[in-house]
Amino acid sequence: MAVNQEYVGRTFPSGEPYEVSRVKIREFADAIGDMNPLFRDKDAAVAAGHPDVIAPPTFAIVISMANSARAMADPGLGLNYAMVVHGEQRFEYTRPIQAGDVLVATSTISGIRQVKNNTMITTGTEIATVAGEHVCTAHSILVERG
Amino acid sequence: MGLTYSDVAEGTEIEAVSYPVNRLSLIKYAGASGDFNIIHWNERVARSVGLPNVIAHGMFTMAEAGRFVTDWAGDSATVLEFGVRFSTPVVVPDDDQGASIEVSGTVQEKLDGNRVVLALTARSAGEKVLTRAHAVVRLP
Repeated sequence: MAVNQEYVGRTFPSGEPYEVSRVKIREFADAIGDMNPLFRDKDAAVAAGHPDVIAPPTFAIVISMANSARAMADPGLGLNYAMVVHGEQRFEYTRPIQAGDVLVATSTISGIRQVKNNTMITTGTEIATVAGEHVCTAHSILVERG
Repeated sequence: MGLTYSDVAEGTEIEAVSYPVNRLSLIKYAGASGDFNIIHWNERVARSVGLPNVIAHGMFTMAEAGRFVTDWAGDSATVLEFGVRFSTPVVVPDDDQGASIEVSGTVQEKLDGNRVVLALTARSAGEKVLTRAHAVVRLP
């Protein structure tokens, strides 16, 4: 089934705000094998000028994907997720994500294009605090292999 | 203290680091990230959709490249931008060894505002697994 072109331009507002905890940041750092104290020790993070432990740069995918995954799972989009691989990913940070952040993410499908047998789906996700402070913008390209 | 902007020069190469990845890494990453795409943990399904075996999450590979950047830049640095293209999947066999991802980098450019652009390379099993990988960091 082809991916539905009518989804280009569609925006998916944030679900429930995401509360970032030290425990979740540590779990993520453990999973990637990163022992950096900034991601696990509040005192070390404070000494480096942060209010609390910060998250590794790619932790932003947890927030952006929680939202964009709802878009990708929309039956109307017609994506076969077992055929999906990640094509590109880019983040622009205003500041690191830190423990205690309460974040919302808004995702927009900015493009769906066919390249040979593959379908490339481009999304942009804005991550901000509930108070409206911009934290990170995530740009993704997912590829449905044809 | 860590690295400062005046310490680095354009063209400086950053020594390669090798990061291991095995099936347990992918299971942990799936849980920690929330990405349970079946091709990252089920060999039967991965093969049935035309992959050579279970493959690592692209974001796992990107995370290792991120680790390379933050370890190099040090505690007082800030990552401003980080981007990659996933060119070849990292194939993770079901054995005691797993696979490894070797990341290296070069200081590509020094910009104003104490910013430096790093060009990154990541390889696994001899293949480039990331292309156009770069990070912009602000150094003290």
